[in-house]
Formats: sequence, structure tokens, C-alpha cells
Amino acid sequence: MRKEPARRAPGALEAEVLNVLWSAGEPLSPTDVQARLEDDLAYTTVVTILSRLHDKGVATREKHGRSFHYATVDDEAGLAARKMTKVLDGEPDRGSVLARFVTQLSDSDEAVLRDLLDGST
Amino acid sequence: MTTDLLIPLLLPLLAWPTARLVTPRLRPRPASWLLTGTCLVLAAASTAALALLTFSGLSLIPAVAGIGHWSPQALRTLSGVDVPISIAAGGALGVLMVLVARTTVRYTRWARRLSRELDEHGSDGIVVLPGEDAVAFAVPGRGGRIAVSSGMLAALNPRERSALLAHERAHLASRHHLFLIALTLSSTLNPLLRPLCSAAGFAIERWADEAAARRVGDRTVVAHAVAKAALAGRPHNGFALAATGGPVPQRVSALLAPAPRVRSRVPAALLSALILGVAGLSAETALDSAADLRDGIEVAQAGHAGR
Repeated sequence: MRKEPARRAPGALEAEVLNVLWSAGEPLSPTDVQARLEDDLAYTTVVTILSRLHDKGVATREKHGRSFHYATVDDEAGLAARKMTKVLDGEPDRGSVLARFVTQLSDSDEAVLRDLLDGST
Repeated sequence: MTTDLLIPLLLPLLAWPTARLVTPRLRPRPASWLLTGTCLVLAAASTAALALLTFSGLSLIPAVAGIGHWSPQALRTLSGVDVPISIAAGGALGVLMVLVARTTVRYTRWARRLSRELDEHGSDGIVVLPGEDAVAFAVPGRGGRIAVSSGMLAALNPRERSALLAHERAHLASRHHLFLIALTLSSTLNPLLRPLCSAAGFAIERWADEAAARRVGDRTVVAHAVAKAALAGRPHNGFALAATGGPVPQRVSALLAPAPRVRSRVPAALLSALILGVAGLSAETALDSAADLRDGIEVAQAGHAGR
């Protein structure tokens, strides 16, 4: 279902576009990306975001006729997230100066969460 | 003096149940300020108490008394210094200073490692980390960076992704890392403060949750984002914690309930005054003891000069 972008911050749009590229697993044209986005973005906006991602070095592009196809940077085993988790876990004294979005869950917490989710959907 | 100074050292035990009374009645932002401020005051007062006990013992040493021109015997009688306790306090103070220094060094190194790791994937703004592990956090520096793994992005729907980013942005905008540093310092200076510091940390997460809920305009979406993100992180988080009712279900329940309303300000103000009173008592006791010691020294100096 198409929605208005509704005051999306620039970072949020980049995250959406990157998510599309990740899910696709293959190079996409800006038109493909635009089609797969849930938000209703202008073609030029999509192209701008893709170029910005390319300049930042988080997306690659290859010539495809007269336009480009974009893909995420190849990370052989997707190890970056795992490595970052290890660095985070190395925080001194089991401290919590860095607030992660969620902390660890016990088994009982997991059960409670699933109940809460089921109850509210 | 010695028994007086026990108060700042042990008051954190009282502060924790007081906090549990007060914080459910406060909204997350004032609760965060109140709890963090209380932790800092209590930590400062207990450290000051140790310093006073140490100094009172040092003041009896002839070499020190010589410099200050007071009589050690007179001072000992006047201020009721207990030498063994003073030595113990000095030992404890030394240990704490070493711990603070060591923690500072370790944190500086760790922060650099984290920053370098992030640099490999992006310079500023939103940094996406390739990988299935669901990870998301905010780091101050370079204008503030938000790191999210591709696995985390994939676990959420678009509105939930917005909620996640709004939550992390709230951490950066409100400079929560400063609160957390203050809390880590406080609990290092007095380990009895750990439960209170934990409560403050939870209030800070709730603060960011509520800010995200206002931004997204739908509390349920934020609740789902938090819950799904936690469940997505499950397989990696190896060991199961023994405690029940961890912070995540509480955050989700709070978000599924209606927003905390601003009820009558009076009860919240009274309750805040209660917890500030506890902290203030601690500080006041330490200051009183310091004044007593100073008075004792003056009298001992007068007695010494008169000989």
C-alpha cells in the first residue's frame, strides 16, 4: 500500500533504500528500487539517495546500458554485524555507557514478549 | 565523626526503595534527571565521606600536624578520630581511585576501537552494518552516528524502522551518553548505587521510547519495533538470564499502555522532594563532618600556638 513519505528524515529514507537493496540480493535499477519501496518517492529522489549511498561507499554501481544498477557492497559472510557485536560486548566492566536498542532476553522474557505481541495485533 | 560519616556511605541502600516508590509516578524524562542527579550526589557524598575519614587520620600524623601547626593529641580528642577506620577508609579511597582511573583508560580505548570499527562502514549519519545479527545503537561524535545492521532492518517493517531510528535519534539529541557516563562513574564510586543507576538507565530508555512514539505518532508501532528487535536478537544472545521481567517486556508493556499523562504536578513534586531529601541528607552529613573537622583543627591550632 502506497503512503505519503510524511516528513521522513533523510537517514530514514537511506535506510529504506538500503533495505530494498539488501532484500533483493541482486543489482537493481532506480526504477526497480522505486517500485519496491513502500513509500511513494519521486524517481529523482531515489536516484539522489542511491548516488549518495554510492558516494558513501555503502552501495556499488555498474553501468547497465545508459543507466546504473545499484547493489550493496559485497560482504562475503555478512560478518560486519557480528564483529560489531563482539566489539560492543567488549565494553569494560560489563558496563552500559552505550544504549543498545534492545538488551538480552531471558527465556521468560521471550515468552512474555510473544504474549504481548499477540495480544496487541 | 565516624558514625556520622557512615550515613553517606550507606544511604544508597535507602535511596533504592525510595526510587521505586517515586519513579512510577514520574514521566521518563524528569525521572531520568532526578535519578541520575541523585546517583551523582550520593556518589560524591560517599566519596567525600571516605576522603574526610582518611584526612582526619592523616591529620594526626606529626609531619602533617607540623605543617598545619596543630597539636595531634588535641585534635584526636576534639574530633573523635578513629585511626583504624581512617586507615580502612584510606585504603578504600585508594582502591576507588584506581578503579576510576582504570575504567577511564579502558573506556577510552574501547571507544576508539568502536569508532574505528564504525569508520569502516560509514563516516557519518546512518551506518549500515552488513549481517544477520540484529544490532542497533547510537554513538555521539562526528555529529552523531546511528549504526544499524541489515539484519535489524530486515526484521522490521518500514514504520517500525522509523521508530527505531527515532529512538536512536532521541538518545543523540538528548545527549543520553552524558547521563550514562555519570551513572557509570557513580556506580564505580559506590557499588551500592548499582540498583539506583540501573533504574536511571531504564528511565533513559523509556525517555527515548516516548520520544520515538511522539515522532512516529503511534505507540503500538514503537512497542512492536522494540519487541521484534529483541526477538530478532535471540539466537545470538547465548546465555539465558536468570532474572525475570527484564527491561524489554517492561518497555513494551509501557508502550502498549496509554501515554503517561501529566497528572497533578503536586504529588510528583512532593515525591521528587522526598528523593532529593535523601540525597541532600547524605551531602549535608558529609559537609557537617567536614566543618567539624575544620573546627577541630582550628581549636587544635589555637591550643598549639598557645604553648
